[in-house]
Amino acid sequence: MVVATSPAMTLARDADGNLANRADWTKEIAVQLAMEEGITELTDRHWLVITYMKEQFEAKGDAPSIRKLTKESGVETKELYALFPKGPAKKAAKIAGLPKPKGCI
Amino acid sequence: MTDNNHQPIEKVSIVVSKGSLEGVYPGLIMANGARMEGIDASLFFTFFGLDAIIDKRMDKIKVATVGNPAMHIPTLLGAIPGMSSFATSKMKKEMETLDIPPVREFLEMIHDAGGDLYACKATVDMFHLTKKDFCPQVDDIISVGQFYEKAAGGQIIFT
Repeated sequence: MVVATSPAMTLARDADGNLANRADWTKEIAVQLAMEEGITELTDRHWLVITYMKEQFEAKGDAPSIRKLTKESGVETKELYALFPKGPAKKAAKIAGLPKPKGCI
Repeated sequence: MTDNNHQPIEKVSIVVSKGSLEGVYPGLIMANGARMEGIDASLFFTFFGLDAIIDKRMDKIKVATVGNPAMHIPTLLGAIPGMSSFATSKMKKEMETLDIPPVREFLEMIHDAGGDLYACKATVDMFHLTKKDFCPQVDDIISVGQFYEKAAGGQIIFT
């Protein structure tokens, strides 16, 4: 039997299972990371959140709070939880190739 | 990462029983934080904690400057008119820089994130309130018994 492995599985991870090296991230890797989180398709709305998180991380050194994310990306709280069920900030950060967000809000 | 020996928390029911700013926020932060982690969360407001969901009062929640030793100001100074408002506005500014929203917005956030909000029936009766007195995010007025039913299988946190 052939076991399908994704290239993302071979990449170095941190203790939370997020990419250890942000440089490893590509859009294809993001799709595989999303699969690991049970998100089978990344829509334009997912990408909007992922891109915003990456930009914020590069500018500030940490992922944005959910409040900032919803206000500035235009994706509202309800939609955000629908796009990334069971923990939007954490999951979006992982798919964006970033470490787990440090903030409480 | 989760300790292998422990079951991860899947559900929390948080009781908010105080109506001061420092009494209300910890519960809201914990409920929102739970939803962010994918943990089911509900908030049960009781006694003076109801002020946080009473439409006319929720925007006026203040820090207690009297009887609060951690404020580090003498009680008599804390009692000067305007002191509580002053302390509240200073604290709110700090919170805004940390992206902690005002009570109303925070409750909308928690509600939109799938958190449930309940008012305690005994207190509602005692203060002669009705569902109309609350912000629209409040799901229901429930008894203690119903609270325990809804909390089944999760952790209860009293604040």
